[in-house]
Amino acid sequence: MPMLIRTTSDVAPSQITPKSVYLRRRAFLERAIAMGLVLPLLPAQALAVGARKLSGRPGPFSASEKQTPYKDVTTYNNFYEFGTGKDEPAIYAPKMKTRPWAVTVDGEVKRGGVFGIEDLLKLAPMQDRVYRHRCVEAWSMVIPWVGYPLAELIKRVEPTGRAKYVAFTTKLDPETMVGTRLPLLDWPYVEGLRLDEAMHPLTLLTFGLYGELLPNQNGAPVRVVVPWKYGFKSAKSIVRVTFTEQQPKTAWNEAAPNEYGFYSNVNPNVDHPRWSQARERRIGEDGFFTPKRKTLMFNGYANQVAELYAGMDLKKFF
Amino acid sequence: MWQPRGRELGAIKSALFALCLVPFAHLVWGVAYDALGANPVEAVTHSTGWWTLFLLCATLGVTPLRRATGANWLLKLRRMLGLYAFFYAALHFLTYIWLDQWFDLAAIAADVLKRPYITVGFTAFLLLIPLAATSTDAMQRRLGRSWQRVHRFIYLIAVFGVLHFWWLVKRDVTEPALFALVLAGLLGARLYWLLRRLARVTRAAVATSSG
Repeated sequence: MPMLIRTTSDVAPSQITPKSVYLRRRAFLERAIAMGLVLPLLPAQALAVGARKLSGRPGPFSASEKQTPYKDVTTYNNFYEFGTGKDEPAIYAPKMKTRPWAVTVDGEVKRGGVFGIEDLLKLAPMQDRVYRHRCVEAWSMVIPWVGYPLAELIKRVEPTGRAKYVAFTTKLDPETMVGTRLPLLDWPYVEGLRLDEAMHPLTLLTFGLYGELLPNQNGAPVRVVVPWKYGFKSAKSIVRVTFTEQQPKTAWNEAAPNEYGFYSNVNPNVDHPRWSQARERRIGEDGFFTPKRKTLMFNGYANQVAELYAGMDLKKFF
Repeated sequence: MWQPRGRELGAIKSALFALCLVPFAHLVWGVAYDALGANPVEAVTHSTGWWTLFLLCATLGVTPLRRATGANWLLKLRRMLGLYAFFYAALHFLTYIWLDQWFDLAAIAADVLKRPYITVGFTAFLLLIPLAATSTDAMQRRLGRSWQRVHRFIYLIAVFGVLHFWWLVKRDVTEPALFALVLAGLLGARLYWLLRRLARVTRAAVATSSG
């Protein structure tokens, strides 16, 4: 029988360049570029790659909990386009090109069109927002995002009276997105929100984390973050925002409707059919020597969002 | 066919013993040096579960390999493989009740009753205990013919183990499907032998009655 040797990662932790070192490398490159040494030698693409600073003013709603280490936030990801292993997005996503990048806004809007990423970056002032992030798999993080409310974009494109929902489509590039070669989900990935959810001040159009532009594995160059819903609702690497009258067909809901509802609000009282949602493991904190912590209703954002669902049976609309 | 003698067999057994400890050593090292990634409890759970299935398949592979090659001494390794499967299953179970659930008996009971993948996994582990307990030479002698009957439960245990893996993955069933394929081959071989033996017995019976 052939031995199947399974390694958790192709890159040993000792081989990963410490952040302090690669920051120096970037500083060196910037100096070199400034001196005109490297510029003629590099394709334009290479210059866009790599974490550029992106910071905002302190925004509202920020959690005061301990933030999950940068390394965990950027190496433990669910981004099935780049494979189903948590470590795979960090390995494969860096090859995805995020410049140029355009986001098409269409559907039930008066002023739709195509927005270049540079325009989106300048559309509204950036804010720092520290949010809890709760995955449907019962783990969680605390992440300092950088972005502005999605409502800023929505107001500018003027939804028509018929717009009731917003759908977000993730880029589909089979060349770099090795996971899309398998029919795991109905690619491209589509997620959606009700218009009032999308307009909620908590819903963040997100461009960065930890004071830099988003790493690709976290959904560069632009994603949404909807902190009171399970993580998969927060679509990454968005290329299209469509306003619709009908509830959009969303990837996980289509794949397993009994397990992943359209709403997918964080709710400790409604279990996933295959596991409990009552508790969660905070990555980087709840490990070998601390039990999992209790999951909070709406991921702790009940005061802000509970009224959106007034009168709804959350067991039925899970 | 080459058959190892006493001392050679001892060396082979020692080597296999050490080899089967490698995944465990890797986990101990990983925990000590925080090298298991962002979610070490999940890493330990997955690793111990994966090696349990691997070793169950290896245990079930001994007989087909022995019959195919005539290397009868392989049978002498089977108990160790089986006991190592139990060792990793016990670690897997311990990880679940301790590190995952923190001995929250109510939550564990709810899991076992409500979640099919935990129900089959839990059942498989319970069934594995009497097999490990009756693995000694003395028990084998004491149970006589019924020893084999008890130990045939390994077929069911392996099927439950693969189901447990299949039912827990979210979307990508590649790995459970590979285990299912290997297991189907291992169990299929036994089914084939059984049918062949039945056919032989029937033929013999027909020959006797007509002669």
